[in-house]
Amino acid sequence: MRIVIAKPGLDGHDRGAKVVARALRDGGHEVVYTGLRKTPEEIVRIVMDEDAAALGLSTLSGAHDVLVPAVCDGLREEGLSEVIVFAGGIIPSDERDSLHNQGVRAIFGPGARTSEILEFLEAASGRIESGEPVGVGENSGWRWR
Amino acid sequence: MAMALSDSETMSSALSGSRRDLSRALTAIENGANFDFAAADPWTLGVTGPPGVGKSSLIGSLISKWADRGERVAVLAVDPSSPNSGGALLADRMRMQEADSADSVFVRSLATRNHPGGLASRISPMIDCLHACGWSRIVIETVGSGQSEIRIVAFADRVLLVDGPDRGDVIQAEKAGILELADIIAINKSDLPNSEQAADSVRTAMRLVNGSDTPVHLVSAHDGSGVDDLLEEIESCSFSVGRNRLRAREQLLSAWDSRLLDHPGLNEVLDSLETGSITLDEAVESLR
Ligand SMILES: Nc1nc2c(ncn2[C@@H]2O[C@H](COP(=O)(O)OP(=O)(O)OP(=O)(O)O)[C@@H](O)[C@H]2O)c(=O)[nH]1
Ligand SMILES: [Mg+2]
Repeated sequence: MRIVIAKPGLDGHDRGAKVVARALRDGGHEVVYTGLRKTPEEIVRIVMDEDAAALGLSTLSGAHDVLVPAVCDGLREEGLSEVIVFAGGIIPSDERDSLHNQGVRAIFGPGARTSEILEFLEAASGRIESGEPVGVGENSGWRWR
Repeated sequence: MAMALSDSETMSSALSGSRRDLSRALTAIENGANFDFAAADPWTLGVTGPPGVGKSSLIGSLISKWADRGERVAVLAVDPSSPNSGGALLADRMRMQEADSADSVFVRSLATRNHPGGLASRISPMIDCLHACGWSRIVIETVGSGQSEIRIVAFADRVLLVDGPDRGDVIQAEKAGILELADIIAINKSDLPNSEQAADSVRTAMRLVNGSDTPVHLVSAHDGSGVDDLLEEIESCSFSVGRNRLRAREQLLSAWDSRLLDHPGLNEVLDSLETGSITLDEAVESLR
């Protein structure tokens, strides 16, 4: 699968995102790594130009409540509804539901193992193959675990 | 939910200016689709050189200058797939600042994958597609370490070889044939010590290799020095007949390879070779 790993927002370190990017590569995926400090518009653009099937957003800085929804909206507006969006980072449990409602299909806390992200991607591509909705703009109550 | 377009619908949407469908058309081509484009003459630059010398950063600097001049710049940035997992980490675009926002810049990262005959066979139709969609400067970045990367770069009409200031890595790479293919050489990171010496040793090596007058530029992607001159050199670069022949040769080899690797009888012939029931000559004969 082609996956963009991006880090919206201003905070300045991306160790976690790089670890995930490498793990996904080792799991057989083609991972486009975008570097730090991307705006939601830039992230949508990168997903479009790279024709990525999935987008992983790493948010350490509490960016999730504004920036993640902005990315999800942008993807839908640009006709990229089938892109699978997942997020990682410190996201309080009472905010998870609203992200899922935005179309984010999985949220991985700081302690999550990278093997779990690989399992999620496998489940998500299984859904694509069987024609079940899983993209950010596709009507689906499905979420990972 | 929108209905998926057929490849040809996607292509015509791309031709009428849809960026999203250009991106999808490139994927289709990468996966083997073929489209008919009107005969044309795309402007192409291959950029290659050892790992980490600043190829992507330098392309980033060139992109800004081209964009200022009203060019539409597309970059195909190629990185190797991991032979073990088949995955790839594609990080070239993070060095190209304007790639993520300017409308006149398009960057696609590509992994070499296990294409029959290598990615080289898909690069040429991707270039044609970008050209047909109005991209006036098309740049292909590869890490110049192996034969398959050289083959990719051979599809560009002009080749820029980039090296760093420390060891004259490029000279080591000479056996790979990359020096002969280069129209222009840039020694990047001139803001670091020793770059003058590196440029001198590359100039000397070039004279010894093919008595060539290949221009060598000292540049810095970080502070921008020398980049204007490099751009002028690239723009006025005229190809030498000798290099055109080398390029044609690499292109032929890659087409030949894909023909062979796509041959329906290949597996059977490999089985027979493995058990020793036919000779190599017989194998070649049967795959004609
Ligand atoms: N000092 C200095 N560092 C530079 C310059 N250009 C690039 N770099 C640094 O060199 C490193 C590699 O830069 P890239 O542009 O990714 O190099 P590359 O040749 O594309 O690398 P690969 O695609 O991985 O082979 C980065 O840390 C850059 O910041 C320069 O002009 N001066
Ligand atoms: Mg690079």
